[in-house]
Amino acid sequence: MERPTQIEQQIELPFGESLRISFQSLKIRFGRSIITTAGITLGIAFLVSVWTNNEIDLAMQESGRTEQITSLEEEQEQGISTKDIWLIIMSLIVCVVGIANSMLMAVTERFQEIGTMKCLGALDRFVVRLFLLESGFQGLSGALIGALIGTIGSILLGLKNHGLDLFFYFPLLPANPEEAPMRLGIIVLILLGCILGMVLSVIGAAFPAWRAAQLPPAEAMRTEV
Amino acid sequence: MAETVVKTENVVKEYRMGTNVVRALDGINIEIARGEYISLMGPSGSGKSTLFNMIGALDGPTGGSVYIDGQDMSQLSRSQIAWFRCHRVGYIFQSYNLLPVMSALENVTLPMIFAGLSNRDRNKKGEELLNLVGLGDRTHHRPDELSGGQRQRVAIARAFANDPTIILADEPTANLDTITGREIIDLIRDLNRGKGVTVISATHDLKMLDVSDRIVDIRDGLVERIRNRDEIDIEVGEVGGH
Ligand SMILES: Nc1ncnc2c1ncn2[C@@H]1O[C@H](COP(=O)(O)OP(=O)(O)OP(=O)(O)O)[C@@H](O)[C@H]1O
Ligand SMILES: [Mg+2]
Repeated sequence: MERPTQIEQQIELPFGESLRISFQSLKIRFGRSIITTAGITLGIAFLVSVWTNNEIDLAMQESGRTEQITSLEEEQEQGISTKDIWLIIMSLIVCVVGIANSMLMAVTERFQEIGTMKCLGALDRFVVRLFLLESGFQGLSGALIGALIGTIGSILLGLKNHGLDLFFYFPLLPANPEEAPMRLGIIVLILLGCILGMVLSVIGAAFPAWRAAQLPPAEAMRTEV
Repeated sequence: MAETVVKTENVVKEYRMGTNVVRALDGINIEIARGEYISLMGPSGSGKSTLFNMIGALDGPTGGSVYIDGQDMSQLSRSQIAWFRCHRVGYIFQSYNLLPVMSALENVTLPMIFAGLSNRDRNKKGEELLNLVGLGDRTHHRPDELSGGQRQRVAIARAFANDPTIILADEPTANLDTITGREIIDLIRDLNRGKGVTVISATHDLKMLDVSDRIVDIRDGLVERIRNRDEIDIEVGEVGGH
């Protein structure tokens, strides 16, 4: 009996299989997926609420409807205070760290799974693609919900501060870019929040997944959380 | 002498932990023939799992070579190693290592997906394998809905997914009670006989002795001795007498 002893190249996996496996993983692990996604939602909600809140205040300020409560000199020209800039930077940091942390946790607890898949013949890039798909979906849905929550929060706050006038001057669309290039409008801010959330989650998941896939399976499977 | 499937030449494995170097394997030379059932025995920390990882290409040796079917494993590309793990070896672990989100059938068919089998072929084959290990009625249960013994049966079915030439088992019965452990050993033994597959199993389990063709005793990263079946029978008698 002749049996081939030739070692061949491993074949590429069809994209449909990756898609199916990653969605199944999200679905069955629903509770855990929700917690990870909530981490993304929280980060983006905070970020977008700071952004949109700022946007609303600037719009109302411009409309002349509100007397400025804090009238620092620097604020008069730019329309944006150092305190606001500080808050925006802080919210960005909180968002980046929060999302990276929640993705890292979610991937690390699955190192053994990654090692096991490699034992069964998975190529590194198959493992990475699985996590790209999962985290991309979680990132998009988490960030979208977060952006909406953040915006609703800002609107409620705006209603409290400015009353119904808010809706007459609501900065839904970008302002004239020549006059105020930094005034992007609520829609663009929501979009930016979604993109940022998705990009951060994908990087936050794909990087540790790629590291784990590079490891010899024996090492990956030893990793305890 | 039958054809050699696995051959190790002076295999050394060192683990570096900061400035400390642990020499887990200190020059292992063994040859295993096709169809043999080999047990690796030895105290905890003697290097059984490390040797298991070297033979199964789950980690690379620090020195020496592992040959499978005459092929030097260190010469293979990453893609060829993936193919090798997929087609040539079936792994069975102490902690089962099933994918928790997948049903028994999906766990068994995953290596077949990696091998490129069609949906129809792999479901058919997966069901056959689950029948073979006595889990024909549990195909759609997920691991958390199965007992330890049943999980290990799924893992065994999965190990046979792509008709491997070697089955590597690292303490497959360590988490099971005596009777279930016995059943698992017998199952592996039957598959070894029926399919002519070579079995290499690390174990502390004395029940494993009387099904083994040879026993390799490992101590401090070295092969201490190799016993044949006829020598084993006597000792099993002794063990039973206690
Ligand atoms: N990844 C690792 N990093 C550092 N040291 C390791 C690693 N893996 C194994 N060792 C060390 O190598 C030696 C052999 O370990 P191994 O796991 O092979 O033993 P074993 O015979 O399988 O033991 P057991 O019966 O307890 O499973 C031990 O001293 C262990 O501490
Ligand atoms: Mg061990």
